[in-house]
Amino acid sequence: MRQADRIKIAKRIVQELEEGQTVNLGVGIPTLIPDYLGDKHLILQSENGLLGMGPTPPADEVNMDLISASKAPITMEIGASLFDSSSSFAMIRGGHIDVAVLGVLQVDQTGEIANWAVPGETILGVGGAMDLVVGAKKIIIATSHTSKNGEAKFVKELSFPTSGITKADLAVSEHAVFKFEEGRMKLVEILSDISIEELQEMTEAAFTYDRLLVKK
Amino acid sequence: MKLKKRLEETEILKFIKDGDQLLVGGFGLSGTPLTLIDRLAASSLKNLTVVSNNLGEPGKGLGKLLTGNLLKKAIGSYFTTNRDAVQAWADGNLEIQLIPQGTLAEAVRCGGAGIGGFYTKTAVGTQLAEGKEEKIIDGERYIFEKAIKGDVSLIKAQKADRLGNLVYDHTGRNFNPVMATAGKIVIAEVDEIVEIGTLSPSEIVTPHVYVDYIVQSNYAKKGGVYVASS
Repeated sequence: MRQADRIKIAKRIVQELEEGQTVNLGVGIPTLIPDYLGDKHLILQSENGLLGMGPTPPADEVNMDLISASKAPITMEIGASLFDSSSSFAMIRGGHIDVAVLGVLQVDQTGEIANWAVPGETILGVGGAMDLVVGAKKIIIATSHTSKNGEAKFVKELSFPTSGITKADLAVSEHAVFKFEEGRMKLVEILSDISIEELQEMTEAAFTYDRLLVKK
Repeated sequence: MKLKKRLEETEILKFIKDGDQLLVGGFGLSGTPLTLIDRLAASSLKNLTVVSNNLGEPGKGLGKLLTGNLLKKAIGSYFTTNRDAVQAWADGNLEIQLIPQGTLAEAVRCGGAGIGGFYTKTAVGTQLAEGKEEKIIDGERYIFEKAIKGDVSLIKAQKADRLGNLVYDHTGRNFNPVMATAGKIVIAEVDEIVEIGTLSPSEIVTPHVYVDYIVQSNYAKKGGVYVASS
């Protein structure tokens, strides 16, 4: 996916985030979000033990013991706090994080997520994905609309292993914004100049939409 | 006052035997007891099980135990960043037990707190819940996760006082405080050993009761990364 599209997704997700919310950002596109917040201020949680994560430090201030969950050097904001991994996941699993923004391998039309394993491939990592899916009050998906091979990521049923039974609330791709409500997927906004037919073509999942939205 | 025994790194092998389950702190290479791992890697120990979030990086940190053929099994949440580990698993040379990161932290916390296990919503309905007891609590699905304990804990802190109280460097804290609670023997590698009273009681994260031995680190931070100093 082009960098411009990744930025478009990050910017659109910023619109969904509210001033002062506590947010955990997954790897990939979500990590772009801090660069496009404008005046909005969020409290970023990093699951390796920091609440109040700040931007990347200058090279001469890098400390390998002050890193993000992606193991990149970071800084701390005023008011930040540090804690151990069990406290960090008590924060996540106990429902104290407002929003988790996650990348996915697949999402089905009910909002169920697959983001940790691919059948037949040796990916042995789950990290905090399953904890975040269960624990965050709101789950926003940031994803390319299709995989690198052009396969649908918005699918009828997951063919990759599920990350949990909790459903996502919203998904943003370079082409569209979808909302998940009561087990159904609804188109909220089209973000590129494609037609509804083209969007349906690349979206295996069934979604509902408002005709007025499409004609605008 | 009884001071903690300060060990030379060469002495740690007295406390570890073949087949032991080791609890090792660290997140990637941050907050990792690199000196203790080096000493283990140079030993002839075998069939070890390591409980740690990752298995270091290829040839670095806990990755050295893998390349040195000391490991039978790794229990953790994220091995993807060490391709050696993934390859060893694919070749049948390493058992891997994958656990969600929060479940790993809580299981070790329980192990150190005298709690046998806990029910969690994390991983319900997934492959990682297969074979685990499920229970409905207040209308929601939970699975049972058993506590994790170890024979020896190897942890890393920034400073220890001579009683064994520990403080950590920023996110280098990560799994170290819980690992410190759940091993029968706990060895802490530290950057600096200070006099009792130097650390403020309010800043101490790991009280000395959990710590058995202290080892001075052979690594020093230069330009933000740890470099072997000897």
